[in-house]
Amino acid sequence: MNSRRLVWRIARLVEIRDETPSARTLVLQIPGWPGHLAGQHVDVRLTAEDGYSTQRSYSIAAPADGERVELTVQRVPDGEVSPYLTEELTVGDEVEIRGPVGGWFVWRPNGTAPVLLVAGGSGIVPLMAMIRARRQAGSRTPFRLIYSLREPGERYYAEELRLPHPGLDVTYLYTRAVPDGWARPAGRLTIADMNTGGWPADFGPECYICGPTGFVETASDILLAMGHDARAIKTERFGPTGG
Amino acid sequence: MTEPAQDSYQDGNALAGPLREIFAVDVTAAAGQCVHCGLAGPVASLRVYGPAPGMVARCPGCDEVVLRLVRGPDSAWLDLRGTVSLRIPLPGPGVPDGTGEGPA
Amino acid sequence: MGFVSRGFRGRPRDEGVKLPPGQYLVHDFPVLSAGPTPRVPLDRWEFAIDTEDGQTHRWSWQELMALPAETPTVDLHCVTKWSKLGTDWKGVSLDTLFADVESSAEYALVYSYGGYTTNLPVEDLLDGKAWIAYQFDGEELAAAHGGPARLLVPHLYLWKSAKWVQGIRLMNEDWPGFWETAGYHNYGDPWREQRYQGD
Repeated sequence: MNSRRLVWRIARLVEIRDETPSARTLVLQIPGWPGHLAGQHVDVRLTAEDGYSTQRSYSIAAPADGERVELTVQRVPDGEVSPYLTEELTVGDEVEIRGPVGGWFVWRPNGTAPVLLVAGGSGIVPLMAMIRARRQAGSRTPFRLIYSLREPGERYYAEELRLPHPGLDVTYLYTRAVPDGWARPAGRLTIADMNTGGWPADFGPECYICGPTGFVETASDILLAMGHDARAIKTERFGPTGG
Repeated sequence: MTEPAQDSYQDGNALAGPLREIFAVDVTAAAGQCVHCGLAGPVASLRVYGPAPGMVARCPGCDEVVLRLVRGPDSAWLDLRGTVSLRIPLPGPGVPDGTGEGPA
Repeated sequence: MGFVSRGFRGRPRDEGVKLPPGQYLVHDFPVLSAGPTPRVPLDRWEFAIDTEDGQTHRWSWQELMALPAETPTVDLHCVTKWSKLGTDWKGVSLDTLFADVESSAEYALVYSYGGYTTNLPVEDLLDGKAWIAYQFDGEELAAAHGGPARLLVPHLYLWKSAKWVQGIRLMNEDWPGFWETAGYHNYGDPWREQRYQGD
């Protein structure tokens, strides 16, 4: 990325993929897009005819691919922006985007330390960008993903994560309802889950946690209790931005 | 970054966009020190309340205010009184186009 | 005309009522916060008025409850552009609390549990314009909205109505508060749209 201050760019929606009944991936074409790193986010701005304008931040769901940028947006009930993006916006429509932003919660394909990704709900989005960036780069860095969600119908990227990826282990945790025959009862993330699905602290993994505030607190407390280095734990909490 | 939550805060990562309007490099990866309790860490690890009326970044150790940012229609107000200094990763002089943020 | 997002209207902004310029109507009660919500036990709660010559008048929670209360119905205007009309409060008028306070100070700095501050002229606190409010909509005031008690000065933008109010310091000079030192207007009259410094 060039060392320049941010500008708003016009992004055109070129493809829509439904992830769940209430979440969809928007593939945007953004002329002049400077590229981005896995884990970065963008600001999306909507402007009404009378000049009223509002903006929200969304994580990017896939690594850089020319001028194509993918966002996955969860519809927030009574939200102002997410219902527009998930129900109103159609292919050919335009929105304003600025980014990429954030140089901390990122994974670079030249990293060699094992990686632990811990997702709560739609916190999977920036972590999926890291998984895809790993695959795109042909990286052999071992990844483990622990993905906590309420019930199986809320899985994002279900087809893609079902396929085996060498060097990527995926553990699903369900907090309210589990699939038939699922061994682990429904319940919140515990130290046992992190022991089974994560890495021992001795391996020195880089840990990325993304999700609602309470989930992120719990997950980082567990990692610290297991002896992980606080400096190797990077977090991204959902904010109170009101959808 | 999409769910509402009351009495909730975001990580300092949320400052990335608003600060990139002001600075030419990413400041969230910069290391700072809290003037109140001395805790050191990246701007990305601060607890950010807001975004309205303004973004208030507090120290995760003592909850005191480290940074405030208000964006008006034609100005931004940035208050860094709560940080001793910021160490900002930069490329060596003369190296073009490397903020430590963009793609390799 | 700049960029327009096709079909985007945002929250309803015109319902045929007279609002200050730039405001839109809401029917919920948004919560904005600049820090953790303070939790103040009532047996340790105290409200104070500190005068310019060092006198302090204090009220415990029981003492506040024993004072005559009023039940104003007022409109709220937040600088972030939402307005909420016809809100019902119960609280003690600042006129009652200032009755025995000897002061000729012109400026007030309101301070809160949790460290928040805001400034306004003393005259804006008097003559039936401001209350220490402890009930909203018939219920005790929730912590998220400033409970156990907040200042209520509805003729100014809502950031002046300090949540979790702890005291009012009277001074001979004006001392800008938390948002007033970070770009927001020193006075904050919604009808003159005094949002930012220079408005």
